[in-house]
Amino acid sequence: MGSGRDWTWFHRLGSPRWFYETTGRWLPLLWAVTLALLVVGLVWGLLYAPQDAKQGNSFRIIYLHVPVSFLALAGYYIMAIAGAVGLIWKMKLSYMVMKSAAPLGAALTFLALFTGAVWGKPTWGTYWVWDARITSMLILLFLYLGVLALQYAFHSQDTGNKASAMLALVGTVNIPIIYKSVDWWYTLHQPATIKLTSAPSMHPDMFKPLLVMILAMYCFYALVLILNTRVEILQRERKTGWVRDLARQADTGPDNQ
Amino acid sequence: MHPIRKQRLQLVILLVVASTVVVGLIAYMLGQNANYFYTPAQIASGEAPKGVYIRAGGMVIDGSVERSAESLAVQFEVSDGISNLLVQYSGILPDLFAEGEAAIASGVLDENQVLQATEVLAKHDEKYTPPEVADAMNQAYKLKQESAQ
Repeated sequence: MGSGRDWTWFHRLGSPRWFYETTGRWLPLLWAVTLALLVVGLVWGLLYAPQDAKQGNSFRIIYLHVPVSFLALAGYYIMAIAGAVGLIWKMKLSYMVMKSAAPLGAALTFLALFTGAVWGKPTWGTYWVWDARITSMLILLFLYLGVLALQYAFHSQDTGNKASAMLALVGTVNIPIIYKSVDWWYTLHQPATIKLTSAPSMHPDMFKPLLVMILAMYCFYALVLILNTRVEILQRERKTGWVRDLARQADTGPDNQ
Repeated sequence: MHPIRKQRLQLVILLVVASTVVVGLIAYMLGQNANYFYTPAQIASGEAPKGVYIRAGGMVIDGSVERSAESLAVQFEVSDGISNLLVQYSGILPDLFAEGEAAIASGVLDENQVLQATEVLAKHDEKYTPPEVADAMNQAYKLKQESAQ
């Protein structure tokens, strides 16, 4: 490993300015794709998909609950990996991505818990039970909030970054626990409908709009993460020449380039 | 990779592995002790403590639900395929509570091995089907049964 392997491409990738300029070109397309998928998925799922034989229309909350839960879990890995890259390569941009992922993940986890509670009341007969799935999701919410809080807990940005990244990495333990909790313990929450190894236990007419919504949520996540990171870049790099130039251009009026 | 970065990568991996092992061991120990849930078979064999708040559940047996005419009192039997457990409850049952579906009752076991429940929850399975498909499947099942007779 110690041989002359060239890692400079990787370091160039970590330039905040490069990230800001490149994502700026992608944003219009990403906005269009995200909005289109969200509209198609929501209209299809909420209006045209058949209702469930036992639950009636209340099952339709699945079109929000499952996609936000997916991204609440996947987003944690994005945050933790960004933290690890920051610790190992001391990459500034990586820490900015990590910090931007924290409030987004917390919001998605809260939505997963909230939509679950709204659905649980008519279906199970209660808003909340302390079963393994729901409790481990609550821990995930606290982990996201903890990573965010540590960012503000130190005078030095560098110390805050390291502390946040450590917590994010230790917290990765929780993700497989959440995922497998419905199989490992006796939970009120039902096991997974969508499985990697076999066909979903859901009628195709109901499953197709769910797939669109999951795809839409992935795009939405990417979009919001990029927007958050761009704000974070401008804030942390405000003393650099290129950000000052950007601000000057914005002051003197729109400049079509 | 630069030796310092390689060392930091190893530290990060060590951190993740060590915390996984610690949490895994804690969860394993808790799993042995924190079993508040009892199956009807465990209750029949006397494993469940009496006079203590426990959870129990199983399939609601067809035709076992008896509602009182004057009050909200209701009683039903749940089964895990081995033993049956009688549950008595006073209150409103959740929408998805039905014979042949899974239910979880929380409460206290009395001397007669009857669970005096203070809460009854319905457990939903992971399957979703439109009503027409469910009807068609039920009809096909009935036809098959009739032709078998």
